[in-house]
Amino acid sequence: MTTENNKSNIIEISDLNKWYGEFQALKNINLNIKEGEIIVVCGPSGSGKSTLIRCVNFLEKFQEGEIIVNGTQLTDDAAKIRSIRSEVSMVFQHFNLFPHLSIIDNLTLAPIWVHNETKSEAREKALKLLDRVGIKDQAEKYPNQLSGGQQQRVAIARSLCTSPKIMLFDEPTSALDPEMISEVLDVMVELAKEGITMICVTHEMGFARKVAQRIIFMDEGQIIEENDPETFFHHPESDRLKLFLDQILTH
Amino acid sequence: MAVYKQQELRKPPISQVGIVRWLRVNLFSSKVNVGLTFAALYMLYILIPPLLNWMIFDANFNFGEFSIFGFEFGEVMATNTNCGRSAACWPFIYEKFDMFVYGFYPRDLIWRVDIVFAMAASLFVIVRLARNYQHKNKVLLAMIIAFPVVSFYLIAGGSFGLEEVKTHQWGGLMLTLVIASVGIIISFPIGVLLALGRQSNLRVISFFSTIYIEFIRAVPLITILFMASFVLPLFFTGGVDFDKLLRALVAITLFQAAYFAEVVRGGLQAIPTGQYEAADAIGLNYVQKNALIILPQALKISIPNLVGSSISLFKDTTLVLIIGLMDMLAMVNMTANDINWLGRETEGFVFVTITMWIFLYSMSRYSKKLEVRFSTDHKN
Repeated sequence: MTTENNKSNIIEISDLNKWYGEFQALKNINLNIKEGEIIVVCGPSGSGKSTLIRCVNFLEKFQEGEIIVNGTQLTDDAAKIRSIRSEVSMVFQHFNLFPHLSIIDNLTLAPIWVHNETKSEAREKALKLLDRVGIKDQAEKYPNQLSGGQQQRVAIARSLCTSPKIMLFDEPTSALDPEMISEVLDVMVELAKEGITMICVTHEMGFARKVAQRIIFMDEGQIIEENDPETFFHHPESDRLKLFLDQILTH
Repeated sequence: MAVYKQQELRKPPISQVGIVRWLRVNLFSSKVNVGLTFAALYMLYILIPPLLNWMIFDANFNFGEFSIFGFEFGEVMATNTNCGRSAACWPFIYEKFDMFVYGFYPRDLIWRVDIVFAMAASLFVIVRLARNYQHKNKVLLAMIIAFPVVSFYLIAGGSFGLEEVKTHQWGGLMLTLVIASVGIIISFPIGVLLALGRQSNLRVISFFSTIYIEFIRAVPLITILFMASFVLPLFFTGGVDFDKLLRALVAITLFQAAYFAEVVRGGLQAIPTGQYEAADAIGLNYVQKNALIILPQALKISIPNLVGSSISLFKDTTLVLIIGLMDMLAMVNMTANDINWLGRETEGFVFVTITMWIFLYSMSRYSKKLEVRFSTDHKN
């Protein structure tokens, strides 16, 4: 599913290879993502899906290949990386909120220090976002006083605070109790309607079916299959994907 | 199948709380513990009564005559001879009190030191009062910068019409506090930088930080003080003469910085990598990441060890007496050599011990309070 029109590609990954020491974690990844596209990446654990999206905001260094995000090529240049990171937000599996800061301070940190907004405008925007994810009344509390689901919604609000063009979700519901997963997924479904480019690593197949425009299946560091949800779930081509779907969908 | 009603919360059973349970669990839980408890009680019995007799009941408190609203109290102050040898002679401390606190600081100028003491005390009060003030950080910063400058000017003098007091006249508790506070306050930022340096991805910085820390930690403070006091001047033969106190301060600061560095490094290592990644992911630069995210958390964890290390340094400052600085401990021998008070070292040591204990225990309590205040867990 490569697109001819390069202009609308917001992320271009070509011939990406990455090793951890001797171990090759990513093999020849080629992937173009259009502006506003919603992509779900799935696959068994250790298949390199987290590593792939962590390369996009350069949390992981890679040895070969190139990644162009919003027209800027990723290199070791610290200033360039920061400018990319200010447009690419990430939501982590373990939330990674800053426990020493109140919820509202967690949200306003990046707008104030990275985007030079004033305290009051950052605060106003943060409260709006907290309202949107349904936890405005917890603004003055600290992260550890909130439930896992609430913390993850705060984390999503935090990553929205800088008005990013791209959002990366690294297994956002994997660390949550079952009864809290849906509150986080609801927020993500809302987001998907707004036109932000999203790349989600997740095992939530219901979510994938509902919002993804393209699903990518990875195994052993390579992309095995990519397709639209309909084809992906009902007419999988590779045996590896058929087996994977069998394993996760029977329960 | 059945459905159960939700139950009310209850208090724990009586046998699980109270003093009887505490005694049984902590002092009499086994035969060995019963034995240890009685042994400890016996030790206290043979130690405490004689100590109290010496310090209080048989001791001499004759501080001389004084009058309140015209009524005369007391008798002529006790001397060394009519004090007796079997119990404490506190008039000795009373008479030498200024020596213990100010050393050889000129007696007509000690009001300058008193002002510094008063300022230090009010600092704590102001910090408390300003806690809820909107610009408290600016107030704190201003005080942290202004206090040492003003204090130094008051104690040392030498300009703006204040008579100069040379450092060899400084002494007693005042000198102890100067050395300890300068040592702790200046070495702290250096220690933080060294800790960050050792953790740095830049090999050169990490290498030199590690070398420095490991070298200093492998050498006793006394050696460093000797080096600073006697060996360094040999290299400066050209008439350059550093102040003796300054040399000691530099030595102690460099020494303490290495220890603080290791304490802070321990705190840094306890911060989950997720915090670094989150800080990176929102686009903070290195300085912002450390100043806003990593250090506040790492230092919070490190408070108990930072204070512990500071307490050690406070006690180690007494080592300066071997390079000829007259701190509080040095005053014990100094004052007991007075021909009128020969042989009263014990009183002096006890007095210094109690004074030291008051300062060190306060530091320890203060660290407990800080831990509670900075805690953001739900249990508090």
